[in-house]
Amino acid sequence: MAKDTSLILMIFLPFIGSAMAAFFPSNARNAEAWLAGAVTVCGLVLASMCYPAIVAEGPVRAQIEWLPTLGLNFTLRMDGFAWLFAMLVSGIGFLVVLYARYYMSPEDPIPRFYAFFLAFMGAMLGIVLSGNLILLVVFWELTSIFSFLLIGYWYHNANARDGARMALTVTGIGGLCLLAGVLLIGHIVGSYDLDVVLASGDLIRSSDLYLPALILFLLGALTKSAQFPFHFWLPNAMAAPTPVSAYLHSATMVKAGVFLMARFWPVLAGTYEWFWIVGFAGMASLLLGAYFAIFQRDIKGLLAYSTISHLGLITLLLSLGSPLGLIAAIFHMTNHATFKASLFMAAGIIDHETGTRDMQRLGGLFRFMPFTATLAMVASAAMAGVPLLNGFLSKEMFFAEAIETHADSILDRVAPYVAVLASAFAVTYSIRFIHGVFFGKLPDDLPREPHEPPFLMRFPIQLLVLTCLVVGIVPGLTIGPFLHTAVTSVLGLATPEYSLAIWHGVTLPLLMSFLALLGGALLYLLLKNYLAHCEEGPPYFRQLKGQRIFERVMVAVSWRGARFLENRLGTRRLQPQLRLLVAVALIAAAWPLYHMSFGLAAFSWNLDDAVFSGLWAIGIFCAVGAAYQAKFHRLVALIFLGGAGLVTCTTFVWFSAPDLAVTQLLVEIVTTVLILLGLRWLPKRSEEFQTDAIRMAARLRRYRDLAIAVAAGGGMTLVAYAVMTRAAPPTIADYFLEKAYTEGGGRNVVNVILVDFRGFDTFGEITVLGIVALTVFSLFRRFRPAPDSVESPEQQRVQNATDEARPDRTAGETVSDYLLIPAVIMQWLFPVIIVLAAYLFFRGHDLPGGGFAAGVAMAAAFILQYLAAGTRWVEDRLRVLPLNWIGFGLLLAALVGMGSWLFGYPFLTSHSQYVELPLIGSIPVASAILFDLGVFSLVLGATVLMLIAFAHQSVRRLRASRIAAAEEETA
Amino acid sequence: MMELTLALGIGVLVGSGVWLLLRPRTYQVIIGLSLIAYGVNLFIFSMGRLRMNAAAVLSSGTNVNPADYADPVPQALVLTAIVIGFATTALFLVVLLVSRGLTGSDHVDGREPH
Repeated sequence: MAKDTSLILMIFLPFIGSAMAAFFPSNARNAEAWLAGAVTVCGLVLASMCYPAIVAEGPVRAQIEWLPTLGLNFTLRMDGFAWLFAMLVSGIGFLVVLYARYYMSPEDPIPRFYAFFLAFMGAMLGIVLSGNLILLVVFWELTSIFSFLLIGYWYHNANARDGARMALTVTGIGGLCLLAGVLLIGHIVGSYDLDVVLASGDLIRSSDLYLPALILFLLGALTKSAQFPFHFWLPNAMAAPTPVSAYLHSATMVKAGVFLMARFWPVLAGTYEWFWIVGFAGMASLLLGAYFAIFQRDIKGLLAYSTISHLGLITLLLSLGSPLGLIAAIFHMTNHATFKASLFMAAGIIDHETGTRDMQRLGGLFRFMPFTATLAMVASAAMAGVPLLNGFLSKEMFFAEAIETHADSILDRVAPYVAVLASAFAVTYSIRFIHGVFFGKLPDDLPREPHEPPFLMRFPIQLLVLTCLVVGIVPGLTIGPFLHTAVTSVLGLATPEYSLAIWHGVTLPLLMSFLALLGGALLYLLLKNYLAHCEEGPPYFRQLKGQRIFERVMVAVSWRGARFLENRLGTRRLQPQLRLLVAVALIAAAWPLYHMSFGLAAFSWNLDDAVFSGLWAIGIFCAVGAAYQAKFHRLVALIFLGGAGLVTCTTFVWFSAPDLAVTQLLVEIVTTVLILLGLRWLPKRSEEFQTDAIRMAARLRRYRDLAIAVAAGGGMTLVAYAVMTRAAPPTIADYFLEKAYTEGGGRNVVNVILVDFRGFDTFGEITVLGIVALTVFSLFRRFRPAPDSVESPEQQRVQNATDEARPDRTAGETVSDYLLIPAVIMQWLFPVIIVLAAYLFFRGHDLPGGGFAAGVAMAAAFILQYLAAGTRWVEDRLRVLPLNWIGFGLLLAALVGMGSWLFGYPFLTSHSQYVELPLIGSIPVASAILFDLGVFSLVLGATVLMLIAFAHQSVRRLRASRIAAAEEETA
Repeated sequence: MMELTLALGIGVLVGSGVWLLLRPRTYQVIIGLSLIAYGVNLFIFSMGRLRMNAAAVLSSGTNVNPADYADPVPQALVLTAIVIGFATTALFLVVLLVSRGLTGSDHVDGREPH
């Protein structure tokens, strides 16, 4: 198989597996384990197959184009270091899958576990294999998200929820910092390609932006690796199921941070800033983590703080800037992964078998599970750095580095002492774990009787412990070559000589090791009695909880801070918001005009324009009148509004836009009818009595609003005038005019633009129209009128009262006789308007008209019938199905658009031709006319639907009152 | 200069609309939005420059001289804007009515100011 295919498969297989796992039945534990196992084994095999090529030719690459113009590609790249990590991620992934099969109980929702697990593994492999910095950050964020889901897997448990949220918040903020840092690095280098960036070390280190980029980058790496002062999320993440902890805190998640620091070590490390920031974080984590670990009562808590401490060790090694330090760091990453994974698994077995993880309650388990106990002892010994185990080797390298001088600072001088002290602590907590759990008095209150777990559950631990032993005894024959490949891929030609042997003679590091072992053992003897009864948490630091500080900060930022800002800056009242909106628009428009020249032509006026000016005198009167009357005289305001609309319509005619005039006129009619229908449901308004103070405040408010309104109107006048008096620049209009007939087959260019050139836009618009109509329709289904509008209108009541008073009339007669002659004329107009609509529709392609105008005209025909004869009369006689018309219109438009696919053209390509019809003559038959028919049908349906939704309210109300009356009678 | 007249008209339409937009009653706001819609439609239309007596449709299909015709692009934009404007007016009207039914008040905030 080609190498690039292998790489791509390695990334995608886990995600595909995850998607599949999500759909298994919830009790399919075995099937899930098989699937996940297969995916992890595939990852192992694929990575192994690439190894010879990496040794022989260097990094293996694969690339899928993504946004090549921006230098963003889906680039994958596997060198020796990435290979080592890919093997760790897949290999330990496989063992965790096997372990989880036995650990998870049948009641747990298994598909969710494996789906998240595999997706997390895919994201982790993505970080390791990314060849592009942006891609790396994307996978980085994915690990944060999936770790959140995994830690919160038992979401019924409050600790799990809190721990997951904290992990996500800390690592997520770190991820954002990392993104910013990566963007800065990309800006410095001019490329996001990993190869280019790794070759630009000098450029980055000498850049002015080096320090900000470094700080942002390290915030990402240190939060992920749970380094001081961001370490507090990791112990809280222990609420996760143990397989998750074993995976996240050994080979993945926290290792992503140190992986990243090692990956970018050649370009970022070696400076004073790097040394201080990374070194301080590492040293603090190393020491504090080890110290805190001693005093944990929970086994997993002990292991969590031990993880922080060991990662601190790696971080400290990376901070030194010496190649040997890097070698030791990479070596310790693999060693820590093996022994820590096995220890977490052992902790899970203990929890599983006894029902508790509290070391003060446990003891003497060696008798019940000697095999597991032995395995845990070996793994703990590796953690403590006992000779003949892998942990010893990397710790010796660490000691050797710690006694070297690197930057001649206080950090350097204390490093050897801190190293020995932290190692002694590590010995102490390792002994505590073993002694406290497996030896001593057997407690009599264990929740259940412990025994050895099934073989396959123990098998992963066995394998890992065996690795610890073999690597510890014959490092050169086992891990040696792979480590060498990894190290050279990071350091390149600068790789120094190093030796992995276990015996270097009696050296200072060896003495330090023994000092630490001895000191740690002694410390345990001293603390033994205290530890058996002490409360949770280390002495002196018990009060200082990172978690509590974090919670305080979160509450301050997300609750108090947000509320403060909302109270100060926000409002729920609409008027200030709108005022702000208008003011911002004004400023945004005025700003460029103020800075650049306005270029206003001189104002001039001559008598030729008298008619047009007279027209607009009416228009201005109407606009101002509408504004003046809208509060107390709604009908008058509506009439003024219509007047302004008519002036607008006339203006369109005046300036050679008949299409607009026709549409405006028709829309004007339906809008007016619509608002008239709505008037009935609004409250009566009369001038209220107001005190002088209120009146004064209101007046001030009005003056301010008037000033804003005048500024807005004046601004529009100036801008409109400035544009209109300039020569027009060339636009695409020329293109449309030239091609309308030859390519669109129509002479009405506006219509051709709508149904052909920009048909897709029109398709979107009619969709919006349909959605709005449906929204209006559905909003009205839940409409409840206000109590004071429920009664019939006053005129109707008066007329009905007259009817009842006279013996020769029945109630309702006057209402139905009202405007009888206009009503008859309106009914007769029905066919006439239909013909008009058809006329507008058919001539649309060549002459003013078209689907929009025809649709609205047709809707007017229907609404006239409603007005003339009432809702019930019309609906008894006509089938009015606006919903069907909307659906038909949208479908037709879409089908016409898709029809062009049949002929191999893009969506909505139109075809046109003239057809001779008897009596009517030659008419254009463009496929666009079918599209226009869709537009027509939809506009008709939408308009009618909205209008009759309003009209139906009166009917519904009558029906409701009649039902209520009937109920009263029966009662 | 008809440009000046039209520019004034646009200004007054928008100004009246903005005034109404800042008023407290929903009905005032809907009338204001309609006035602004007229003003903005005319404004967009005027971006194609004002042409009296220009042909609106092509007299013949070929050999078109674009200078003889009114600019069709702003017209196409405004045509759909008119129809969409109707739809949004209807939507706002129904929200206005439902809000009035639900809260008993026709104030834009759904409750009378104190």
